[in-house]
Amino acid sequence: MKNTQEFNNRNVSENGYYLVDIADYPTDGWGKFKRVVQRTFRGELFVGLWVVLREMIKFDIHTIQYPQEKMPIGPRYRAVHEMKRLWESDAERCIGCGLCEKICISNCIKMDTRIDEHSRKEVSEYTINLGRCIFCGYCAEVCPELAITHGGEYEQASEQREHFVDYSYMLTPLDKMKAGTQVEFEGFGAITPHEDERVKKTPLAY
Amino acid sequence: MDTAYLIETIIKVVVVLLIFSALAGIGTYFERKILAFMQRRLGPMNVGPYGLLQVAADGIKLFTKEDIIPTNVVGRIFKIAPVITAATAFMAAAAIPFLPQFELFGYTVHPIISDVNIGILYILGIMGVGLYGPLLGGMASANKFSLLSAARSAAVFISYEVVTGLSILAPIMMVGSLSLIDFNEYQAGGFGDWIVWSQPVAFILFWIAAFAETGRTPFHLVANDHEIIDGFGTEYSGMRWGLFFIGEYANMFFISFVIPLLFLGGYGDGSFLGALGLLGKMAFFFFFFLWTRAAWPDVRPDQLMWLCWKVLMPIAVVNIVITGLVMMF
Repeated sequence: MKNTQEFNNRNVSENGYYLVDIADYPTDGWGKFKRVVQRTFRGELFVGLWVVLREMIKFDIHTIQYPQEKMPIGPRYRAVHEMKRLWESDAERCIGCGLCEKICISNCIKMDTRIDEHSRKEVSEYTINLGRCIFCGYCAEVCPELAITHGGEYEQASEQREHFVDYSYMLTPLDKMKAGTQVEFEGFGAITPHEDERVKKTPLAY
Repeated sequence: MDTAYLIETIIKVVVVLLIFSALAGIGTYFERKILAFMQRRLGPMNVGPYGLLQVAADGIKLFTKEDIIPTNVVGRIFKIAPVITAATAFMAAAAIPFLPQFELFGYTVHPIISDVNIGILYILGIMGVGLYGPLLGGMASANKFSLLSAARSAAVFISYEVVTGLSILAPIMMVGSLSLIDFNEYQAGGFGDWIVWSQPVAFILFWIAAFAETGRTPFHLVANDHEIIDGFGTEYSGMRWGLFFIGEYANMFFISFVIPLLFLGGYGDGSFLGALGLLGKMAFFFFFFLWTRAAWPDVRPDQLMWLCWKVLMPIAVVNIVITGLVMMF
């Protein structure tokens, strides 16, 4: 309770507050003169000179030469979307449920589906208008199959405001899949670590 | 006046013009690099190795940029103002001995364009005329911020001319001549003969005033930094603006030559080592201009005037009186 008492006590003088000891400004000419002389010979200017010279000698350069060098970005960074594949079969994870299209608050996802020859639902059209997308991450969060996620590709300059990426652009390439280098997204909608231990199994008794 | 002398002078003029125009460009490179290193940046890196060709890129840009003469400006004065800055900066170089005399193919070369007997007075006078560049440029620009900057830089230049002149008077009294060659001969005895040992106050005052005369950072009031506007050059573009720039940097180089020549022994006994020494001292003073720009903030205009009229000028006068008394008795 001590802490709350400390906070509730608004009497400033009892809390160890003290006024910073600043000398009064000189009012008469002699005082001003003394202050000027003191400041002149205190050598403060040389402190500044030494600081910048020291930094130059240390040569500890913090510049990142951007197009050649890039900062590492976090795994949860929400840049241009990616479409993941299943690890087991390399098949597309997307089942065409349309939840991402439904939840998208800026209406930038458009998709169309059809029934393929195996009588399974298949995505036929899928585009994201990056000009409208606000990269909120709702689509990645709502996706039941962890299919649509965000990626780390943030360099998406384009010639016009309507800049579309389509399904084949976002889909993990097959050779990348074969090499086993597909990276799972750790951000919105991702499975938390140790999910298996924490999940409550659905009781099948009823 | 014989022909050989005429040809020699013309060649020297052209050499000085070319070298210092180029140095003004390279000076901007040094400034950007050194400022960057002091602020933990890299500076120009992309044009050429370590950004060395950045100067050339800037030059191409300046030369090919459109030369805009805005409406309402006083055309002729607007056009001539940058020329005044650049021209006076280079005219001042006429009386500066850049190196000791040397033999070239059996011909004795004096690396001074004209050893006039009023050398230092001429240099200070011409640098004073350089004030008309910013002043006229700012007044003719039909831009209130340019006008403000012009008025302020005029006030600074005129005020600090007093300090420059008075501070240099005491060494002139000791040497008994205005020629920079004579100044150099006076100090030719070596390290112990430098005027800085007998006139340290004059040295400091002249050095401080040099910052105001060139408009460099502690006294960089020619730019309206508080209004985020570049000052008298706001309306200028292309090579006219470039001329202001060349003038400023050439002035820095020439002042960096004058300070060692006056106070720090110049080129000494005229040997090769002495010549290198002069270049080294010049390089230090030029570096110091950049160094202070990274380290120190600008002072307020009223503080600058206070410093000039209430501190530096009285000290300069007292210095002259004491020097006179010492010389008399």
